[in-house]
Amino acid sequence: MADPKEHGTSAVHSNSLRHQPDERGHFGGRHGGRFVAETLMPLILELDEAYKVAKADPAFRKELDYYLKDYVGRPSPLWFAQRMTEELGGAKIFLKREELNHTGSHKLNNVMGQILLARRMGRTRIVAETGAGQHGVATATVCALFGLKCVIYMGATDVERQKPNVFRMRLLGAEVVPVTSGAGTLKDAMNEAMRDWVANIADTYMLIGTVAGPHPYPAMVRDFQSVIGTETKAQMKAAEGRLPDVVVAAIGGGSNAMGIFYPFLDDKSVRLIGVEAAGHGLDSGKTAASIERGRPGVLHGNRTYLLQNADGQIEEAHSISAGLDYPGVGPEHSWLHDIGRAEYVGITDNEALDAFQFCTRMEGIIPALESAHAVAYAAKIAPTLSKDTLLVVNLSGRGDKDIFTVAEHLGVKL
Amino acid sequence: MSRIAARFKALAAQGRGALIPYLEAYDPDWDTSLELLRKMPAAGADLIEIGMPFSDPSADGPVIQAAARRGLKAGATLAGVLDMVTDFRQQDNETPIILMGYLNPVESYGYERFCRDAASAGVDGLILVDLPPEEADVLAPFAKANKLDIIRLVAPTTSDERLPYVLSHASGFVYYVSITGITGTRSATTHDLEAAIPRLRKVTKLPIAIGFGVRTPQQAANASSIADGAVVASALLSTLAETLDDKGRATAETLPRVLAQIEDLAKAVRSADGKAV
Ligand SMILES: Cc1ncc(COP(=O)(O)O)c(C=O)c1O
Repeated sequence: MADPKEHGTSAVHSNSLRHQPDERGHFGGRHGGRFVAETLMPLILELDEAYKVAKADPAFRKELDYYLKDYVGRPSPLWFAQRMTEELGGAKIFLKREELNHTGSHKLNNVMGQILLARRMGRTRIVAETGAGQHGVATATVCALFGLKCVIYMGATDVERQKPNVFRMRLLGAEVVPVTSGAGTLKDAMNEAMRDWVANIADTYMLIGTVAGPHPYPAMVRDFQSVIGTETKAQMKAAEGRLPDVVVAAIGGGSNAMGIFYPFLDDKSVRLIGVEAAGHGLDSGKTAASIERGRPGVLHGNRTYLLQNADGQIEEAHSISAGLDYPGVGPEHSWLHDIGRAEYVGITDNEALDAFQFCTRMEGIIPALESAHAVAYAAKIAPTLSKDTLLVVNLSGRGDKDIFTVAEHLGVKL
Repeated sequence: MSRIAARFKALAAQGRGALIPYLEAYDPDWDTSLELLRKMPAAGADLIEIGMPFSDPSADGPVIQAAARRGLKAGATLAGVLDMVTDFRQQDNETPIILMGYLNPVESYGYERFCRDAASAGVDGLILVDLPPEEADVLAPFAKANKLDIIRLVAPTTSDERLPYVLSHASGFVYYVSITGITGTRSATTHDLEAAIPRLRKVTKLPIAIGFGVRTPQQAANASSIADGAVVASALLSTLAETLDDKGRATAETLPRVLAQIEDLAKAVRSADGKAV
């Protein structure tokens, strides 16, 4: 990569951190962008235009709010985790209950927004990639709701370890296509979904499930997910009369994290912590910690931190959690890392498994393995923080889908 | 004059279009792909495209994906691809060489260093699938300084309004992606091509090559006479794959069969009529 200064950091128009990306979709002039084949370029530009128009249209907002409230079930509560707080003996811990959304994760916030956009654009066929299957289930759900054709690409490895979600998607009427190239995980599913899109442009909308991909996806998905942070801000004000001090979220592509971070970007007193999957350990060579162990490069339409070898070949990620098993990360996180606005840390498979059980026993809430990474880091730092510290964990999803994986690791046969 | 411009000019004088076969570097190993490269001009290649293997070729179909995987398994690196070109140039200083691939390995190598090394190896042009003109400023100054052509892709989805923008960034020749889809899956009809190429001619004086979906001698002859050249990739890579042994190694059949296919394609391209002298 050439000197980042060359790419015009001057594109930041004000001191606010909430004015990114620039017109070209670059965050901080460096990350993001639109690195796609010419066949897709006109579609990406059309989507950018359509999203701009929708965003400015009060009728679109009104329609989205209606579905968020009565179909998704928003707002989600901000739960004071009293037993967990007492057990850890430090910061006051709150859980943002995204697992209570319809379909069991934050994914539906974004999917609801994009499906309304796809309908406005007259698209009748939806393709999506999925890792844990949560995004696939959310997408299949809205396709059922609106009677649209739905094709979900899912790595063959993930099809195996997320069987309940595969069955749910099929029940919802989606076609689930197992992808066998590469390690058969999220990265490969993303490649295959892009190949499908390029071949079926006339009627197809590609519904990306995280804050990655070519512009405008990272900004658009962030906008749809930022309802999480907006609610959290208001709920914390109501509960404690002030802003939280620390916000912790798991990072796969980074959409639940960006959703809860974004409304706090200009509140400098709020520490933002993204938890990457360290897999077997940050230095084990088997991780999904793109920011901590990767370097900037170009994949799936954007420049961002990537796990790659010395020749720029993308490496396979590793995480026990299918939803975090991705060698890249959304470009806005790469930028927030570069400027030091957010911190990025790693949690191993084993730490996540412990936190999965801890959260379940302490709060009666079974977290998704993805979310358990955030819980694990919160549990790690809470004891080191004073009792008046307000710490929010984004509980991005529920763990029912993970019970088979967890049982296997605990040596239990179901 | 660049090798690319000189070659298209010479072919135009002969009244025919170019055959542009593709090979994936290191497929199935460095020596075999270098040997194939060396023998391609005698078999009838007018220009040659060399694929730089990438782990995530998201615009490619199963055939090129598999070739890239074989190349990576054989240890492909960009430096090694450039070594192939250096070697080739010792015997052939006229056949244009175009490297085709994805951006990340090039970004990782370093744009300036890559352009310098590619030019000194004897590369003439670059096709980077996931580098649209909107993002090309990372590469363009270094390509220009080293006299490397950036070959622009134009697709059926590229609108008339967008065409001048895309083509204002082009040099060498224009690569018309004749289908909306990934490589090696379907083919455009003659009718489609006859409608598409004049649309490009209105906006550019550069030669136009047609790629994606050109498989048979008949299709190559057609494409090269409607436009100025035809790129054949998946069809050749499928043949190569068929000749490999069960461990994926080259056999005595590998080079002869791929070269024979290039000869058939060349024969058809050379006897195609319809190009004004
Ligand atoms: C519950 C849950 N949390 C987090 C993630 C990770 O995605 P992101 O980082 O985009 O929120 C996933 C992805 O599948 C998920 O299902």
